[in-house]
Amino acid sequence: METAAEHGSVIECHGVWYHADGGPPRAQPQRRALVSDLSLQVQRGETLILLGRSGSGKTTTLKLINRLLEPTSGEVLVEGRRTTDWDPIRLRRRIGYVIQEVGLFPHFTIARNVGLVPSLEGWEAPRVQARVQEMLRLVGLDPEQFAPRRPHELSGGQRQRVGVARALAADPPILLMDEPFGALDPVTRAELQQEFRQLAARLGKTIVFVTHDVREALLLGTRIALLAGGKLVGVHPAKEFLRGPEAEVKEFVRALGAGDAALDPKAGD
Amino acid sequence: MNAFDFLIRNRAEVLQLTLEHLLLVARAMVLAIPLGVLLGIALTRHKAMRQWILGAANVIQTVPSLALFGFLIPVPLIGGIGDRTAIVALTLYALLPIIRNTFAGIAGVDRAVAEAARGMGMTEGQVLRQVEIPLALGVILAGIRVATVISVGVATIAAAIGAGGLGMYIFRGVAMVNNQVILAGAIPAAILAVLADVSLGWAERRLTAR
Repeated sequence: METAAEHGSVIECHGVWYHADGGPPRAQPQRRALVSDLSLQVQRGETLILLGRSGSGKTTTLKLINRLLEPTSGEVLVEGRRTTDWDPIRLRRRIGYVIQEVGLFPHFTIARNVGLVPSLEGWEAPRVQARVQEMLRLVGLDPEQFAPRRPHELSGGQRQRVGVARALAADPPILLMDEPFGALDPVTRAELQQEFRQLAARLGKTIVFVTHDVREALLLGTRIALLAGGKLVGVHPAKEFLRGPEAEVKEFVRALGAGDAALDPKAGD
Repeated sequence: MNAFDFLIRNRAEVLQLTLEHLLLVARAMVLAIPLGVLLGIALTRHKAMRQWILGAANVIQTVPSLALFGFLIPVPLIGGIGDRTAIVALTLYALLPIIRNTFAGIAGVDRAVAEAARGMGMTEGQVLRQVEIPLALGVILAGIRVATVISVGVATIAAAIGAGGLGMYIFRGVAMVNNQVILAGAIPAAILAVLADVSLGWAERRLTAR
């Protein structure tokens, strides 16, 4: 079913299932569904938040979009084409990918980390270098000072900025972000969230952003998709999320009301 | 006459045997390093091969070295009396530490880093060459170093099948019940082993300097 992209719909999931130990179907009746019957659309230029607890299938959904995983059944369309019809390398180079700080290559300098995808794409060295400088400035890091350093010489917040710069370097139309600010201290996190919000508004990228932090979701999202146990509970515009009727939404709202102590920012998934 | 007098009086022969010894080890390592590293990489990609290859390398390692040399003599093409058999035996012996360390080194690379690399659109070859091997290099080199040092010791047995090397003195000394002659083989062999260890350790630090 090769439907052309609907108006403005950059990413579409249609009845997507993903089972652990996927790949070739085996006679294993007990395989756990990490994503069950997921259908959703991501509009051009919006920031869609995938919100949910640990193990709700958020990260799995993200990996289904850049084909690090392939759906057991159903289909994921990116720019109107099934991910399984894309050349995975081409697909991934059109999609910026930001994960918690571990994603930087420890043996590369910051400049080489940021310039990685442009280099892979065969850009010439001076152009890559210029782009690296531009990207580092964009995320508020002085290129002179940071380009030659290694990731371990940077603070967590600086590393995360580099992660964003790296994802943006080849100017991909789509960004996938997997709890990018999850490992940061609350002050740095708030700072980066604000900057990210401005950056997202300015760049107009289509962004899918995974978090378990409902405050972050409310702050950054255009729409919020709530996941629980691998299923999509509901999608709401961020402004209306707090009034969502579903029981799971109310749980998140209660957690928000219970104050900061109830929202453990370190609970990763 | 002590061992040192013996070494000095026979320095030409000692030097020649030391060179033979070095050449045996060097030729074996030239075979074992690429083979071991390739097999180690293959193991990270093909789960099914793992137990077979690691099992085979383990079994080879458990065969007493003298017996391994003996077993190889009647094997066609690679067997016979002489250094070819010795090189094959040394290579087989050196494989296990290299395979195991290559596999462990790459398997030990942070999975999130490898996944980020794939997620950014690196091909499998690029992930391997630009990310996994550089990050595993220290462990791989440590395996090569262990294999080389072991080979320097095992190569003394090559003399038993006519491949020469410092083992000549050791076997001759045992036959003559003469400790000086045994030491004339053992001391240079020990020095070679220490030198190999130190120089490869240095190379390891240079190559993995961050």
